[in-house]
Amino acid sequence: MTIITILGFILVLIGLWGMLTQKNIIKIIIGFSIVDTGVHLIMVSIGNLKDRTAPILDKAVDKTEALTRVVDPIPSALVLTAIVIGLAVTALMLSYAIKLYENKGTLDISEFKELKW
Amino acid sequence: MITAIIIVLGVIMIVAAVLAVIQKSLLSAIIAAGAISLLASIIFIILAAPDVAMTEAAIGSGLTTLVFLFTLNKIRKQYRHG
Amino acid sequence: MVKKFFVLIILVFFAVMLLPFAQDVTPFKELSQTATKYVKDGPDELGGANLVTSVIVTYRGLDTLGEVTVLFIATAGVGFFLRREDKRKEKKKRESSQILQSGSAFLFPLILMFGVYIFLHGHLSPGGGFQGGVVLASALVLLLLSRSATKINDTVLHLVESLSGASYIAIGVLGLVLVVGVGFLDTTILDLGEFGRLLSAGAIPLIYSFIGLKVGAELVGIIDNMRKDQS
Repeated sequence: MTIITILGFILVLIGLWGMLTQKNIIKIIIGFSIVDTGVHLIMVSIGNLKDRTAPILDKAVDKTEALTRVVDPIPSALVLTAIVIGLAVTALMLSYAIKLYENKGTLDISEFKELKW
Repeated sequence: MITAIIIVLGVIMIVAAVLAVIQKSLLSAIIAAGAISLLASIIFIILAAPDVAMTEAAIGSGLTTLVFLFTLNKIRKQYRHG
Repeated sequence: MVKKFFVLIILVFFAVMLLPFAQDVTPFKELSQTATKYVKDGPDELGGANLVTSVIVTYRGLDTLGEVTVLFIATAGVGFFLRREDKRKEKKKRESSQILQSGSAFLFPLILMFGVYIFLHGHLSPGGGFQGGVVLASALVLLLLSRSATKINDTVLHLVESLSGASYIAIGVLGLVLVVGVGFLDTTILDLGEFGRLLSAGAIPLIYSFIGLKVGAELVGIIDNMRKDQS
């Protein structure tokens, strides 16, 4: 539905704002997780058709009438993969944050100046 | 009726997202991010995608919050022990 | 002050770029062409009742292989960064209360069985390998959190994960080698069976079981690495 697509876009914008303005590394990673959730909402809401039901065939939806009563199954499959990969990447980023903290003793991102000119 | 539910959930999600970015305390921000994932899984059920709702509820508001809290524990512990 | 202004410009620019897309999105009236083919041919060709499962395991099987690879790389990365030997002696930890210990011991086999049920019935009802693996991992995490003296046997974990991954690839290669198969990761090498029963849909339950075990073992490995060296 259109309103859920707009909600997803607003979540992406809020997450992006969080990633750009915060100084703590953990807050930046939380912003990344919010962007992830917003993108998944957009993808699943595009595959939704009006007044149709879930793509599983049982007593409610028969094999012969599946074409006219079932929602698109492809965005669900893509988003399933994306959610699991999002968790794996978040765990890897957090282990980077732990190692950076052990090295310098602070989590403020303006203290890490080695790559600046 | 369904539109009213979606609007209420949407407003709560946006407020929780803004709180997760603004708050000073890291613990409150992490719990707000977990709440966003939980409400997103309800919206996935309204969109007729039960597999995605199950996965998002288990991973988003379960394991992601857990991994964040373990990280917080490691950071605080080292800060306290000098 | 200049930095805040700059951030505002970037956000407004991003929103303006996305606005025509948000305005223009009209809901579709019927399924697209690819989806029509998957919905029409799926139950007859593959025998599975859950259309999302048949898309993930068979029609888009190579993407699932890529996802399993990405998960493995992330687990290896976390293990590489956070690995340390327990040099300090074991400090005396405070034992948790009796309610927590008995409650977690009672719930642990139930949650484990629920996870196995989810990935065994992946082709009949909502669920599948990834959801079942996550539920398995959370059962073990419940034990880790409530009883502080639990140790996870690293060897068994690595053995389960490696064997599941190798078996998944072996089933895929069987599709190439056997005469009845059509190519890599073909699930019609086993008998299709009757529609709607547990032992149907070819090799889909077998593949999903291996994926479920592998994902569960990897997530427990990530949590265990982050938890080590705690007092």
